[in-house]
Amino acid sequence: MMRLFQSLVPASVLVVLLTACGSGESNVESGNREGYLHYGNGAEPQGLDPQVVTGVPENHIVRALFEGLAVKNPKTLEPEPGVAERWEISEDGTVYTFYINPKAKWSNGEAMTASDYVWSWNRALHPDTGSLYAYMLYPIINSEAYSKREITDFNEVGVKALDDQTLQVTLNAPTPYFLQLMDHYSSFAVHPETLLKHGKMTDRFTPWTRVGSIVSNGPFTLEEWSLNRRIIIKKSEHYWDRDNVALNGVYFYPTENVVSEERMFRAEQLHYTAVVPLDKIPDYRTRENSPYVQSPYLGTYYYLVNTDRPPVDNVLVRQALSYALDRDKLTRTVLQDTAIAAYSITPPDTLGYNPPKLFSYDPNKARDLLAEAGYPNGEGWPGLEIIYNTQEAHRKIAVAVQQMWKKELNIDITIANQEWKVYLNSVSQREFQVARRGWIGDYVDPNNFLDLFITDGGNNNTGYANDIYDEIILERAPKAKTREARYSLFTEAETMMMNDMPIIPIYTYTSKHLIHPSVEGIYPNLMDSLNLKYVTLHPGRRLDTESK
Amino acid sequence: MVRFILWRLLQAIPVIFVVITATFFLVRSAPGGPFDSEKAVLPEVKRALEAQYKLDLPLHEQYVAYLGDLSSGDLGPSFKYPGRSVNEILSSGLPVTAELGLYALTFALFVGVLAGVFAALKPNTRQDFIPMGMAMIGICMPSFLLGPLLVLVFGIYLDWLPIAGWGDLPGDKILPSITLGSAYAAYIARLSRAGMLEILSQDYIRTARAKGLPEWQVVTQHALRGGLIPVIAFLGPAFAGLLAGSFVVETIFQIPGLGRFYVQAAFNRDYTMILGTTVFLSTLIVFFNLISDVIAAWLNPRLRAQFKGGA
Repeated sequence: MMRLFQSLVPASVLVVLLTACGSGESNVESGNREGYLHYGNGAEPQGLDPQVVTGVPENHIVRALFEGLAVKNPKTLEPEPGVAERWEISEDGTVYTFYINPKAKWSNGEAMTASDYVWSWNRALHPDTGSLYAYMLYPIINSEAYSKREITDFNEVGVKALDDQTLQVTLNAPTPYFLQLMDHYSSFAVHPETLLKHGKMTDRFTPWTRVGSIVSNGPFTLEEWSLNRRIIIKKSEHYWDRDNVALNGVYFYPTENVVSEERMFRAEQLHYTAVVPLDKIPDYRTRENSPYVQSPYLGTYYYLVNTDRPPVDNVLVRQALSYALDRDKLTRTVLQDTAIAAYSITPPDTLGYNPPKLFSYDPNKARDLLAEAGYPNGEGWPGLEIIYNTQEAHRKIAVAVQQMWKKELNIDITIANQEWKVYLNSVSQREFQVARRGWIGDYVDPNNFLDLFITDGGNNNTGYANDIYDEIILERAPKAKTREARYSLFTEAETMMMNDMPIIPIYTYTSKHLIHPSVEGIYPNLMDSLNLKYVTLHPGRRLDTESK
Repeated sequence: MVRFILWRLLQAIPVIFVVITATFFLVRSAPGGPFDSEKAVLPEVKRALEAQYKLDLPLHEQYVAYLGDLSSGDLGPSFKYPGRSVNEILSSGLPVTAELGLYALTFALFVGVLAGVFAALKPNTRQDFIPMGMAMIGICMPSFLLGPLLVLVFGIYLDWLPIAGWGDLPGDKILPSITLGSAYAAYIARLSRAGMLEILSQDYIRTARAKGLPEWQVVTQHALRGGLIPVIAFLGPAFAGLLAGSFVVETIFQIPGLGRFYVQAAFNRDYTMILGTTVFLSTLIVFFNLISDVIAAWLNPRLRAQFKGGA
């Protein structure tokens, strides 16, 4: 009896396990059949209120639910008609007149009007709202003053509804990237009546973005929102360009764990991953019809230098450190060729702008510079600390940098990790000598990178102050008549800044995704910008799992 | 018995109050605030945000306000997820975490008790060494290793089970439950082995055997009840531990439970969320400890007699 019992138990456990298996159809198969994309979105979005949220996972969903006055072409990133069917720009580049598409509707069927934009931008800029992206609308005349409570009448801000269909926007100065800002979620219109039903205009907490309450104007509407599980969106009934939306809907998953996400992709539970774990990339590269897609991304990884702390208060030391870094080797080995060596702050080919390359890897020059600074062969070196936020990838880079500086310059470097908020605090209080930093552009324009280093800029943190630089970025570049003239001013400023080396650039980011072969319409671009409206699914294409 | 329960409940109040107070001041003394971000926050924006969340008040006023809200059951709005209250996030995550914990505990009990009992029947033989060796491995193997291993074997190579999700695909609850339960199964195996060994050497077991009862009846009808007392005592803290400690498993398997929110809240300095979860979980732990004490007392004839004598 005992023996029978002994053998029965493990057998029954196995049976229980197996009966629950054999799920059969994967998400990719069922999605392809029903026209639903299964999308790894990286994290649970903080929310879906365009004037409250910040962040990449939020961006993907909000831009599927809402649409801006102008949208970006998914291949070229040049502005295309969105809610506005056309626009006019005045001769001097400061007055934009948007003509709203009469077919543009809210998801409840109501027509969109110019005054919806006036109301929404009032909300975005209002000091009580506390929108982190309020500054995106600062090119508009008087908007900054309104946001800082220096004026209280929104009528003084340069946004006017001339009639239901016409929105006139007046800017402080010509802003060549202004149309791009119209595709940023902070400038999207929200439906005033819906918000007011749930609270005041400036409230951040109300549940107006929930299923059943939210009214949006994009190609998709919100169907289900299960916290930390999934968000489902469905093709909108009232979207003006509905006939050109191929997908019936999208499932967004908060795939926080990148390793799990990659496994979900392999098991065909996802069509698309937000990222790819570094150690899996070499294997994916060797596959035939590889689902791995990598492209340059509008972001720079660099070391921030505190120019007020010795020994890096000396420009010669900063230059020596920069010359001694073999960035090609670093990107090839530590980063597995997933990054591009950077020698300046602006990423290459930012809407046609290429940053100056003023130096390269030159250990002899580096040693000379260090000797000139008073530390020949590292003698008398007082020590230097690099801080970074706790993450394996940052640690690996810091260790590589530490080794390179030790080998080439014979100087001792300590590296210290800090928990994220502690690190942010150290950087903003400038309690560091060298700190790891990354900057991802909000819009494709060199200005977005170069205005970081204006004197006392909120993101400067280096102590760098240069009047001529400030004048070019704040005064002369905005008034330049042509793109060429503007870019040559940027080159002048960037050259000046990089000679002073308040930062040590390391690499330009790339975006990395796994995309199932059945998906088309996702184009690699600098912003990693995806318009789900253009995505199509093609059943029957299989994922190759074998290496070559 | 009633007096015992009441006394324990009374003891719980200062414990929870200390937890609230310590957590409240500790999270606020940590460097960095909920609104710090990599991109500089404009001072006027930061002021507006702090005003919306009452962070502009002096610390003691914030504390009093928090206690006031808490007494009416309001845990406040989440900082990280604007538009969501902590109550709402807890109530969306708790059923999932509780379900996962329940399955894990069931798995742990089933496997653990079986292994422990088998091992105790023939101590110091292969029948003892094999399950106990496995239990030792189970205790040592962290879930961040076991989870991916199970996924690799059953999800990818054999393709029998889904590898992530919760209630999305049939069978997707199996792997996370086993992963979370296995360490507990191992503990339970060791506890029930020890408990059974002690009981099996008692006189009344010898009497049962002498009466000629089959061995399985001796075990199931006579020995188990006493042999499992240490396991019962362990169940209360174990279930509370499963609820509070499922973070790793929830992350590996993309499960929308409480654990992920709890850990993320600490990284985000989401003050109200940290406090809310801590208060909630500590209450739960106190409660489950009480329950398991009561059950253990009720199961154990010697303790029961004590209560009868005392009452």
